[in-house]
Amino acid sequence: MHPSRTYAADSIAKALAEACADVREGTAADAIADGPGAVPAFVALPGSTEEAAAVLRVAAWHELAVVPRGGGSRLGWGTPPSRCDVLVDMARMDAVLEHASGDLVARLQAGARMGDVADLLATAGQEIALDVPASATAGGVVASGLAGPRRLRYGSPRDLLIGITIATANGTVAKSGGKVVKNVAGYDLGKLFAGSAGTLGLITEVTFRLHPLPAARAFVRAEFVPGAVAAAGAAVAAAANSSLISSAVELSRPSAGGPLLVSVLLEGSADGVAARARGMADLLAAAGATGSVAEVSESPPPWWPGTPGAPEALLAGDGTLVRVSFWVSALAQVLDAIDAAGRAAGIAPTVAGSAGAGVLYVSCPPAGSPEACAGFVAALRAALDRARGGVAVLAAPAEVRAALAGRGGMAGSVPSLSLMRAVKNQFDPGHRMSPGRFPEEI
Amino acid sequence: MTEICGAPNVITDPLELRTYECDGLTSHRTTPALVVLPGTAPEVADVVRACAQASVPFVARGSGTGLSGGAVPHSEGVLIVMSRMRAVLEVDPVARRAVVEPGVTNLRVTEAVRQYGLFYAPDPSSQVVCSVGGNVAENSGGAHCLKNGFTVNHVLGLEIVTPAGELTWLGDGTGVTNGYDLPGAFTGSEGTLGIVTKVIVKLMPAPEAVHLVLAAYDSLEAGGRAVTDIIGAGIVPAAIEMMDALSIEAAEAAVHCGYPEGAAAVLLVELDGPAAEVEAELATVHSLCEKAGAREIRSADDPVQRAGIWAGRKSAFAAVGRLSPAYIVQDGVVPRTALGDVLARIWALSQESGIRVANVFHAGDGNLHPLVLYDDAVPGEAEAAEVVSGAILDTCIEYGGSITGEHGVGVDKSRYMPKMFSPEDLDTMQLVRCAFDPANLCNPGKVFPTPRLCGEVPGPRRGAHPAAAAGVEIF
Repeated sequence: MHPSRTYAADSIAKALAEACADVREGTAADAIADGPGAVPAFVALPGSTEEAAAVLRVAAWHELAVVPRGGGSRLGWGTPPSRCDVLVDMARMDAVLEHASGDLVARLQAGARMGDVADLLATAGQEIALDVPASATAGGVVASGLAGPRRLRYGSPRDLLIGITIATANGTVAKSGGKVVKNVAGYDLGKLFAGSAGTLGLITEVTFRLHPLPAARAFVRAEFVPGAVAAAGAAVAAAANSSLISSAVELSRPSAGGPLLVSVLLEGSADGVAARARGMADLLAAAGATGSVAEVSESPPPWWPGTPGAPEALLAGDGTLVRVSFWVSALAQVLDAIDAAGRAAGIAPTVAGSAGAGVLYVSCPPAGSPEACAGFVAALRAALDRARGGVAVLAAPAEVRAALAGRGGMAGSVPSLSLMRAVKNQFDPGHRMSPGRFPEEI
Repeated sequence: MTEICGAPNVITDPLELRTYECDGLTSHRTTPALVVLPGTAPEVADVVRACAQASVPFVARGSGTGLSGGAVPHSEGVLIVMSRMRAVLEVDPVARRAVVEPGVTNLRVTEAVRQYGLFYAPDPSSQVVCSVGGNVAENSGGAHCLKNGFTVNHVLGLEIVTPAGELTWLGDGTGVTNGYDLPGAFTGSEGTLGIVTKVIVKLMPAPEAVHLVLAAYDSLEAGGRAVTDIIGAGIVPAAIEMMDALSIEAAEAAVHCGYPEGAAAVLLVELDGPAAEVEAELATVHSLCEKAGAREIRSADDPVQRAGIWAGRKSAFAAVGRLSPAYIVQDGVVPRTALGDVLARIWALSQESGIRVANVFHAGDGNLHPLVLYDDAVPGEAEAAEVVSGAILDTCIEYGGSITGEHGVGVDKSRYMPKMFSPEDLDTMQLVRCAFDPANLCNPGKVFPTPRLCGEVPGPRRGAHPAAAAGVEIF
């Protein structure tokens, strides 16, 4: 809280209560991170976009820092905000406002749980084609911007988002896009807010385009002996580039030095999927699957990150989760670099992710030393310095975050940082929205 | 400018300048003060920096095929023409990426990657001539965006010159954003946030099988029923297009496409994908088209036959020129399920005004392209056509749609923006503009009806305390 305003705590409480029907004082259970200053003074639970905007107007007047909260599972990701006076919890805004099944569109309040939404859409044979945890909220999914295995075919939340309503840092309600899929009127604020992690404003409503639920799906799996990095890389690229049309091409190496597992998801009609799965099995075998021969199954392999949602599935407890993004042609180089960096740092990271779409997640076990984990990240960044892509730490305990200082921090190198700072300054000139979650105090 | 680009690439001759006075929307014309044709990204940066230092407005132009006047020059500004920068710089078939210069034509990208079994998905009707840089500015779609998405879904990295004249990259081609999704925010900003100098595009595996179905109906309603049933069956065709009697007649006269004679509506449904899937979908589409009352169904799977059928649809805009001395191409969107109602409203508007309207539309995504026909030699007819055209947009907004699905706002539709968006919406959007172009020099006067002064904070921040404003005493 701004020092000159501390005297106003009572008036703030009063003003928040006028703005929003459900406001309480924050408790330890509301902490957005470990350590002091992480417990919000107030928790507001708006019931509508108007109430949410009114809360933000009060926060603007009193220069309070605001952190939005959806399902809360990724609240501690990135760098925790440097201060949090008001936590805006979207739990009460959980309605499906409109499901226009004939138009393949759904408009949701930001606090709607993706599992509940999926159940409702399934009754019409439709889905939001993202692989996210059932407990995640629509707004949280957009704000975190992360996608699961099917990003190869459907992209990430920004690709399925067609409309958004936000409350800005000063409490102005604004919308962009709409509820038609094809629409180029005005700037697309949805793109800007997707992945913005609560640093630009509060997302109150989102509209997604839907897809028909596939009638059938098949997983084609192949194993590659330890070290067969080039063969596995070729198999991944071949599957992702195939005109058999893969919805996902995942790669996993559950234990360092262990075999590489490739799994391809095909979706479509029952007959079509069966024929395509046979073709895909042949393709993987031809690419040099040297362990067990490619096999087809209707259920995902145990390591498939669709449930409880990617990439949480890989994050063990209080470990460190690293995302490596790259051009698929560099996959073998990336896998080799992960191995080399692990050996240099003396840790044995597990690796999994949407290799066919150029994304891998690396998990450092919580037991390792923070110094080793940070050293691993720094070594990986150095090895991939000249490759297109990046190495970002999505989640890490405080000790690892501290050890990363001076080694590229959590985000690593970020292109066009000055433009991002300019965007932040326009939307949140007081730097009160989840301040410091992004690098350079964005 | 001569020092930066060389004398042959700077145009000052008044007659030559007039060549650039408009883009594909010829009703808006302004002669630029100067035209430059830079050949490299650093040259573009130098040109823009010179403009910024002199506070001279500048406008980028690709192939000039835009239909909303987005590339209309500024009378006291520099028009920066990107057509010399047309190289395909790199193709990475394993990563499914290509790096291209902005002046390269859309179709050229697909031609450059076809040998690898790949293609570039966005395919605006003008793809033979329109530029990829222009596609980025307009977030162009095309007939096949129903299944594959728009330019924004296929552009994963942009090298741009900022309005201050700095070269910078937005995105790295991975599709993963570290920080804000600036390539996403930039795409579709209609040239108002900077100038693209390189584009990293995503490529897709070319479909194994492509099948085109043509179904003819005695009414637009019957054709519309077929569309609803196809979508309802869980099929996402590559494209679903519909034409009405007037546009069929025009196409027939122009290219002799041989569409069924006397049909009130022709529906084109293109299916693509793995052969095994397309076969199953084709059978379903056939039976649904029949069920909706098709009087004739044709289908084609070889490229020559398909091109023959598509020729009618693709020629429709130009063909209408034979029916009428002048016409307005409108571009509105409605929720697909409202198509029937909206078409009836357009018909009524046409009857009331005596202005003929031919309808060509992307039925799958509710994107209408009504062609409003008039004779500019008849006094008052142009104005009447303009009224009908505006009323069609009002109808689209009323049904929860959009004033533009793919042609952009440009100069043509900025006055309609306040009908679709609130002042707060427009002010908030312009925060992005202020972040990129605080001096308002980059393609000024486009998209927004009233530019906001950067630095002014939208909304009630400096007004009364919110609770006090609501009549509550808090201090």
